[in-house]
Amino acid sequence: MAESVSLDGTAKLAMERETRMAIAVWRWAGTAALIAVAVVLPFTLSNYHVFELTQVMIYAIAVLGLNILTGYNGQISLGHGGFFAAGAYTAAILMHRYGVPYWATLAPAALVCFGLGVLFGLPALRFEGPYLALVTLAMAVAMPQLLKYFDNWTGGKQGLVLVKPMPPPELGIDRDRWLYLFVLVVLLVAIRVAANLLNGRTGRAFVAIRDHPIAAAAMGINTARYKTLAFGTSTLFTGVAGALAAIVIGFVAPESFTLFLSLSFLIGSAVGGIATIGGAIVGGFFIEFVPNFANDISDAAPWAIYGLTMLLFMYVMPRGVVGTLGPWLAHAMQQFRSARRAAK
Amino acid sequence: MHQLLQQIFSGIAAGAVYASLALALVMIYRATDLVNFAQGEMAMFSTYIAWTLVNAGLPFWAAFVITLAVSFVGGMVIERIVIRPVENAPILTAVVVTIGLLLIFNATAGWIYSYTLQEFPSPFPDRTLFGALMTTRDVGVIAVTLVMLAALFCFFRFTATGLAMRAAAQNPESARLCGVRVGRMLALGWGFAAAIGAVAGIMVAPVLFLDPNMMGGVLLYAFTGALLGGITSPVGAVIGGLIVGVTENLVGTYLIASQLKLTVALILIIIVLVFRPNGLFGTAVVRRV
Repeated sequence: MAESVSLDGTAKLAMERETRMAIAVWRWAGTAALIAVAVVLPFTLSNYHVFELTQVMIYAIAVLGLNILTGYNGQISLGHGGFFAAGAYTAAILMHRYGVPYWATLAPAALVCFGLGVLFGLPALRFEGPYLALVTLAMAVAMPQLLKYFDNWTGGKQGLVLVKPMPPPELGIDRDRWLYLFVLVVLLVAIRVAANLLNGRTGRAFVAIRDHPIAAAAMGINTARYKTLAFGTSTLFTGVAGALAAIVIGFVAPESFTLFLSLSFLIGSAVGGIATIGGAIVGGFFIEFVPNFANDISDAAPWAIYGLTMLLFMYVMPRGVVGTLGPWLAHAMQQFRSARRAAK
Repeated sequence: MHQLLQQIFSGIAAGAVYASLALALVMIYRATDLVNFAQGEMAMFSTYIAWTLVNAGLPFWAAFVITLAVSFVGGMVIERIVIRPVENAPILTAVVVTIGLLLIFNATAGWIYSYTLQEFPSPFPDRTLFGALMTTRDVGVIAVTLVMLAALFCFFRFTATGLAMRAAAQNPESARLCGVRVGRMLALGWGFAAAIGAVAGIMVAPVLFLDPNMMGGVLLYAFTGALLGGITSPVGAVIGGLIVGVTENLVGTYLIASQLKLTVALILIIIVLVFRPNGLFGTAVVRRV
């Protein structure tokens, strides 16, 4: 009796392992195919579209940062545009004043924004919900004013014009495609780092604090440390995205970093799915393309169309595109598998 | 000394407008746990309705009353059509929906009325009182706000509907068991908030001039006022709004160029909040585990 149960159990385990391995293989194959497409894509498109896709990836990195904070740790930020600006200006000042090569500005920008995020995360420990929203909102509102105020560093209202980086000549590709590939590599690294962080001990701590801070503390999670860490990591990603934006656009000015930018990140995050990594990419596409699409539909009131599109997305998929379709897809795959097994 | 009093008084008048909008925010927050980012743009749109009516030849106060009624109904309709479907969705989804509303109102107003500044008539004569200490305009704004607050207080304190609305906000389940139509009360709450916002918009429009982006800054101050007072406390919202108005004016006059006025005001308020994280009059949320 006992033996048959254990045999049964072993068989089941083997089957499960098989399924899991099949899924893993499919996942690897799918990821490899996606990356291959992403690498080939710019060589089939016009320069302008390549630039647009580069912007999408930059926004995706910024939204990914916001997802870590808002989606996984439950802290709302209306001020990530401010950290984006901090990253952009760190890169711009290093390139403009000190002649640092563009690829070397990412690490300092990341460091500066991590520091800022931790500094900001400390008082944020005392705030919840709408209060945190206000504090971060203050950050977003203050940023353009501060940038104008310290004008001998930031170039004031006129901003800083940067030299656009040149691709290595031996590759024989033009600047737009080179920058696309550069940003693509950063995006892939960012996704990998985020996935490792969020699927491990740290990520579980973030989620536990989001779901039940008291229970998390009772289980020995240092909530203050992890919340601050979540803030710092989040702003690190967004700051890197800001640095990339400065490099790719070749220009920074206070007016590019308004409150609306912060709201765009939040919108992208909600539309893509806040507690997902893939959602960040969907969010990037939304931020870059939906305003254009709205412009095509109505010259008179494009932002009304943009707003309506947002409402529509939120009604149809309240958990975001990836947050809604992901579980649905997984369920469908399981159904398909068990049906095939039954047929065997 | 004279200048100080003058600044304080005009700060109170500005604060009265912030207080009204802050009160509207608090009403919606108490009922639905939602910060309504579209509150300012709703108020702006109401102000355009009043502007149209006045331009059509209606006397000011008739236009005022009609605008309030239209805004009230409009607020209820928005709750039913736009907010109800995301009532049980994650909080961020609801926040994004109100941001969407903000964009829609802003763009629609720009589309219908264009983005040029419009002059808005003031119902109060432009004279100074008490040796130029205050203007009749400021006194008028404060008086209208006080009348509105008194009316609201009486409504919530002495009428059956007011009681039902408080019950629905405090404990929806129990209220429903007692026969309160909670859904309808939430819609009423949005209606009131929209009407209060309309009052704020009409009062501030003669000063700021009317354009689709008029309420952006006002909403930020109102939000700050509401949080400073405690987002769950209507009295706190009013006092918070007044404090913000006075602080803003004094900082702008004495401390620093108006360029950084907003930043400094926000930083001061955040410092206060670090010491009282639930606002001056808010109650700490006690959770049972």
